[in-house]
Amino acid sequence: MNGFSGVLGQAFGLILAWDADLVAIIGLSLRVTLSAVVIACLVGLPLGAVVGAFRFPGRVLADLLLNALMGLPPVVVGLLVYLMLSASGPLGPLALLYTPTAMIVAQTILVTPIIAALTRQAIRDLDREYDEQFQSLGVGPVARVAALLWDARFSLLTVALAGFGRAVAEVGAVLIVGGNINHVTRMMTTAIALETSKGNLQLALALGVVLLALALVVNAAVMAVRGLAVRAAHA
Amino acid sequence: MRDFPAFDDPGSVQGAAPILCASGVRFHAGGSALIDGIDLTLAPGRITVVMGANGAGKSLLLRLLHGLILPDSGSVLWRGRPLDRAARAAQAMVFQRPVMLRRSVLANLRFALAVQGVRGAERTRRAVQALSRANLADLAHRPARVLSGGEQQRLALARAMAGAPELLFLDEPTASLDPASTQAIETQIRDARASGVTVVLVTHDLGQARRLGDDLVFLHAGRVAEAGPLHATLARPHSAALRAWVEGRLFLDTSCAT
Ligand SMILES: Nc1ncnc2c1ncn2[C@@H]1O[C@H](COP(=O)(O)OP(=O)(O)OP(=O)(O)O)[C@@H](O)[C@H]1O
Ligand SMILES: [Mg+2]
Repeated sequence: MNGFSGVLGQAFGLILAWDADLVAIIGLSLRVTLSAVVIACLVGLPLGAVVGAFRFPGRVLADLLLNALMGLPPVVVGLLVYLMLSASGPLGPLALLYTPTAMIVAQTILVTPIIAALTRQAIRDLDREYDEQFQSLGVGPVARVAALLWDARFSLLTVALAGFGRAVAEVGAVLIVGGNINHVTRMMTTAIALETSKGNLQLALALGVVLLALALVVNAAVMAVRGLAVRAAHA
Repeated sequence: MRDFPAFDDPGSVQGAAPILCASGVRFHAGGSALIDGIDLTLAPGRITVVMGANGAGKSLLLRLLHGLILPDSGSVLWRGRPLDRAARAAQAMVFQRPVMLRRSVLANLRFALAVQGVRGAERTRRAVQALSRANLADLAHRPARVLSGGEQQRLALARAMAGAPELLFLDEPTASLDPASTQAIETQIRDARASGVTVVLVTHDLGQARRLGDDLVFLHAGRVAEAGPLHATLARPHSAALRAWVEGRLFLDTSCAT
């Protein structure tokens, strides 16, 4: 151990050398997180749009539920998915525990309410503006949701990026259902936790640097999307 | 005055069934009666001008007649039947503040036509036609929301007309237009009337009212202060409110409405 700068140097060495373990961990992380975000978008965008665009009995309850689910503690989600997938659980026969699929399930459950709640807000703001014009034109419910989703596309892109940012940095749920098994379910966040406790600081720090870089890229993308939206007179 | 004289000019269509009929329409908000018992019938093919001071309830009345908001009491009947989505689709409205989708000028028109069930090449053909009629062809591919206020108003009228409505509500459609655009829009309104469209036009411009209107409804504090054939009514106003309006005086006393 030769101090922080030494560890940092070794960490960058690992990144520059494109260390095989490092690459495998980053690859799995991205695969799991992107899968979860795509599924969460497929569910959360239409769900958020419907809750945002229509007045129906129980809408306040739906709002409340989405907001509450948005703050789900990751370890609790991990625990619940674990109970479902464990050998004695209802989905035990599928033998999914400690697989990447289990981690995708857990992350999807975490991210879907976030996507849905943020979508609902974006769609509702837009609907307030469009509502009377849509009523006047006689726009039907399906066309209405489709038009709102399309016209909110820039905001929704930033919503998806927010979901990605949340999922990629998450550790509790994937640790419980994935088990952090080397070369099978070891993700960036879980590896950092483990390698740090083992004293293998250079790998942990290398992964930390990659995570930070990812966060930077995601935020740059959000800013770029906003810029695009302003130029297209979408703001 | 609650009982205004029946329309008595020879051009008025006493016999023809009204296209839209409002009776006893009231609308409250914030503890005050904003629309306070309005009776109104629209005869087909005529231009009804709605006038009145700021806040008299003109825009609210248009919303109620178009079915965008429901009256607290009273009824609005479209061809004798309650308003529904199909009825609204046969009508169109140009709002005082135009609402444009976050799309190009052309896409805004195509959207309105798509809602009307116009498909494929026909949709594009009619959208392009509507744009050139509104003199907006050069702006077809601009984002609609970057257009100037006046251009947006012209686009809003083009979009409303593109669906070939039977009844057209226009809420101050020339309020921020230059003289040339105002004239172009007045021509479009006259053309619409000539092809049988019924028009309800809100305006603050007495000259425009005289140029276009068949009938006048003058609102004061949420009530019809006076109504009748436009030229006759403006020539001999009965109510103090309209008399003051025609003479260009500000009329603040609300007692005339009762
Ligand atoms: N939803 C609402 N809640 C409370 N008050 C309202 C609501 N909508 C309209 N009003 C009020 O009703 C009155 C009539 O509004 P309206 O927009 O119909 O006026 P207007 O005659 O169109 O005026 P203008 O000439 O300025 O366009 C105004 O005093 C307005 O503040
Ligand atoms: Mg108004």
